[in-house]
Amino acid sequence: MAFLELDGVTKRFGPHVAVEQLDLTVAKGEFVSLLGPSGCGKTTTLQMIAGFLDLTGGAIRLEGRNLAEIHPSRRGLGIVFQSYALFPHMTAAENVAFGLEMRRVPAAERAERVEAALAMVGLAGFADRYPRRMSGGQQQRVALARALVIRPSLLLLDEPLSNLDAKLREEMQIELRQIQRNLGTTTILVTHDQVEAMSLSDRIVVMNTGRVEQIGTPQETYERPASAFVANFLGKTNEFAGTIEAGTQPARIVAGSWSAPAPAGFSGPVTVSVRPEKIGFAGAGQGLAARVAIRIFQGNHWLFQCETECGPAIVIRQNDGMAQPAEGEAVRLAWRPEDMSLRAAGVRP
Amino acid sequence: MTAASSAPQPAPVTAAPAAPAPAAGGAGTGTPWPLVLPALMLFVAVVLIPLAMTVLLSFNDWGQYKGIEQVFILKNWREIWEDDYFLEMFLRTFRIAVLATLITALLGAPEAYILNRMQGRWKGFFLLVILGPLLISVVARTLGWALLFGGANGVVNKALMSLGVIGAPIPFMFTETGVVVALAHVMMPFMVLSVWAALQRVDPQIENAAMSLGAGHATILRRIVLPQIMPGILSGAIIVFSLSASAFATPSIIGGRRLKVAATLAYDEFLNTLNWPLGAAVAVLLLVALVLIVVGSNALIERRYAEVFR
Amino acid sequence: MSRNGPLALLFHTLFVIFMLAPILVVCLVAFTPEGFLSLPTQGFSLRWFRAIARYPEFINAFWVSLWLGAVASLIAAAFAVPAALAIARHSFRGREALSALFLSPLMIPHVVLGIAFLRFFTQTGLSGTFPALLIAHVVVVFPFALRLTLAAATGMDRSVEMAAVSLGAGSWTLFRRVTLPLILPGVISGWALAFIQSFDELTMTVFLAAPGIETLPVRMFLYIQDNIDPLVTSVSASVIAVTMLALVLLDRFFGLDRVLSGHGDRGR
Repeated sequence: MAFLELDGVTKRFGPHVAVEQLDLTVAKGEFVSLLGPSGCGKTTTLQMIAGFLDLTGGAIRLEGRNLAEIHPSRRGLGIVFQSYALFPHMTAAENVAFGLEMRRVPAAERAERVEAALAMVGLAGFADRYPRRMSGGQQQRVALARALVIRPSLLLLDEPLSNLDAKLREEMQIELRQIQRNLGTTTILVTHDQVEAMSLSDRIVVMNTGRVEQIGTPQETYERPASAFVANFLGKTNEFAGTIEAGTQPARIVAGSWSAPAPAGFSGPVTVSVRPEKIGFAGAGQGLAARVAIRIFQGNHWLFQCETECGPAIVIRQNDGMAQPAEGEAVRLAWRPEDMSLRAAGVRP
Repeated sequence: MTAASSAPQPAPVTAAPAAPAPAAGGAGTGTPWPLVLPALMLFVAVVLIPLAMTVLLSFNDWGQYKGIEQVFILKNWREIWEDDYFLEMFLRTFRIAVLATLITALLGAPEAYILNRMQGRWKGFFLLVILGPLLISVVARTLGWALLFGGANGVVNKALMSLGVIGAPIPFMFTETGVVVALAHVMMPFMVLSVWAALQRVDPQIENAAMSLGAGHATILRRIVLPQIMPGILSGAIIVFSLSASAFATPSIIGGRRLKVAATLAYDEFLNTLNWPLGAAVAVLLLVALVLIVVGSNALIERRYAEVFR
Repeated sequence: MSRNGPLALLFHTLFVIFMLAPILVVCLVAFTPEGFLSLPTQGFSLRWFRAIARYPEFINAFWVSLWLGAVASLIAAAFAVPAALAIARHSFRGREALSALFLSPLMIPHVVLGIAFLRFFTQTGLSGTFPALLIAHVVVVFPFALRLTLAAATGMDRSVEMAAVSLGAGSWTLFRRVTLPLILPGVISGWALAFIQSFDELTMTVFLAAPGIETLPVRMFLYIQDNIDPLVTSVSASVIAVTMLALVLLDRFFGLDRVLSGHGDRGR
């Protein structure tokens, strides 16, 4: 049986539809991300699971119990807010202890668990600090400790890392993943950062304008995006207009001067989608004819802005010390057929 | 209302909205009666009902010997309408209020600007010095003016006469000029505060930007600063005007018994003549006039500056 | 930012003199050794401060004002906290009208309020009693308590409360342990401002005061109506001193411009 089950969850604010018919099942111990741009309904979904918003339609079940019947203060969920939402008038230890107090955990056990929780997030010496006197990263850890110390059945993370700088964010991602793995707490993360979603989650739910675009593992959503939206939201992508030429045997897919054997199931005009790092420079006579317009050095890789027969394209090449084409140089772009994804052109999948 | 009893009014344009939009999430849409009811009941019982009773009172009859008679007649209103004494008194009230408002605007706005350009510690100190009097009893502040200019014994008059600058004391007590000056002094902090609040939202770099584009000081003041603080000046003016028009202590102490304004006249009718219905009519008329003026000018200002200040 | 030129500083100096002169002259005359109004040119004397002791009506009026201000502001704050939470947190029909009603004592001339209260309390038989004065003051200072509490409640991060709820806090625990502590600076500065307003109120109170329950401003006003002598300057100077003390404290803790312009939350 699914641990957490969202069944046709819908939320409307007046005429505005924030979330529409969201179905999702989460297994025990799983780490699932709700990924999408702002306004896609991911935070609304989280708030409905937490109980801060009522559902317009559908149901949310946790271990088979309908959450609508349980008051937010009795759901026993651990939540980390984007603003951390620490109690500014309480020390780190008092913040962490609050949930245990509400559960009437005896003082001795409480102190023990608070200490352990702070140690777990690497804040052993900070028990008596007030949030105001802590850095963003430290506040974030207190918020995490506060949510985990109550041993929640479900951990909800609302953009927990978005207020940290890039370097700290990366560190926290690794730490967060380790803690979650160790505790085995089922976790829902809301984020607009695809890198964060990919590096933390077992599965990603890509959302757009209140609907689910795709649910899958990080690799699936990246390598096999189900829609143009997913392809573009999870990193950069190149799209070329192509056609399936059924005249030859076997049928070939053609985009400008590039062609390859066509996969089954397509006919007529198609959109070819290829990630920039999957494109390589081929020898003369092969691949798609192009010219390097701009070349940018970015340390561990090179970025090429190319003009091709089928429109602009971005190519990313690893900085492996080899000579790279210069600006203005004519090049040929090629990629392996298994690295591209195809969609019937003009049709929203 | 006296200045003493009144610190900042809801400044229409510059101050924070009285009722900000509620935060989304978890907020109910039904009326939270348990939270609202205590204060609502208090206000209905002790504000709305007494005000309604006052309006009714203004239609009652009164006689020297029979006292208040609970009838519904227009006698008091007709008296106010027909007797030029009341017209003159209301004209005086609003003339004093307009002049006091002008003085506060002409002096208070530049002062707020200068204050805002001061260095940190001085800024805080002089802000305290200028806004502080707001909280000091208006009786004490007005008394100060009486001591400065009160006849031949007034400190300033005495000094000027002993220096031979003037031959006779400057007429101040029991004059309209005196009331206007003392009122402007009493109301000044409101204007400074209002313009100050507007200045806080002006980007400090904006004057440098104008200067880099070649604007001189006068141009910067006129074209860049003034338009941005205008809403502050106007909302300050509304506050000062409505408080001045209903001021009681200052006109009473400086103006004396002869120079009556609306508030002091109403007071006399109530506590000296004991003609409550007539006093109530004067008070109600003052209230209605002020509400119309304040609401009207607020609407005008908001329309005029809606685009500039979201 | 460029600094002020000499002309601006001259204007500023004259302005400050204009603002302070009447207050300073009251304080100076209070120290006169003479029996009439004059500047203390022949040395300072405390005789007129000692003279206050011989006028029990001033002493009595001071205590009336103090009690009235403290209790009225406390009651006003108690009414204001739930009202502010309702207005800050909920969107409901008539919300704007409600906050306009609660702020209306700022808009209604106090002379009108005084007349309305006098009429009301005379009709209800409460006229001339302390409770009547108290109720009237609660209403008049309510907007000050409300606005600063409202600012604090509006400026508060709602997710802090959500966090407390998610950790198991019930509504009373939530209020007592989280909401109230967080809006407390606003409530206290609202109380303090309300107290000062009550302490200084004259126009409305003059209609309700009766022998025995005269407030200090009313006593001073009535005294000045008869004659102005050094006694009333020493009383005024004492009032100014007390106010200045409150002022400095208020500024130290909350920032005067924030309190006066109705933004009760403490920055950060």
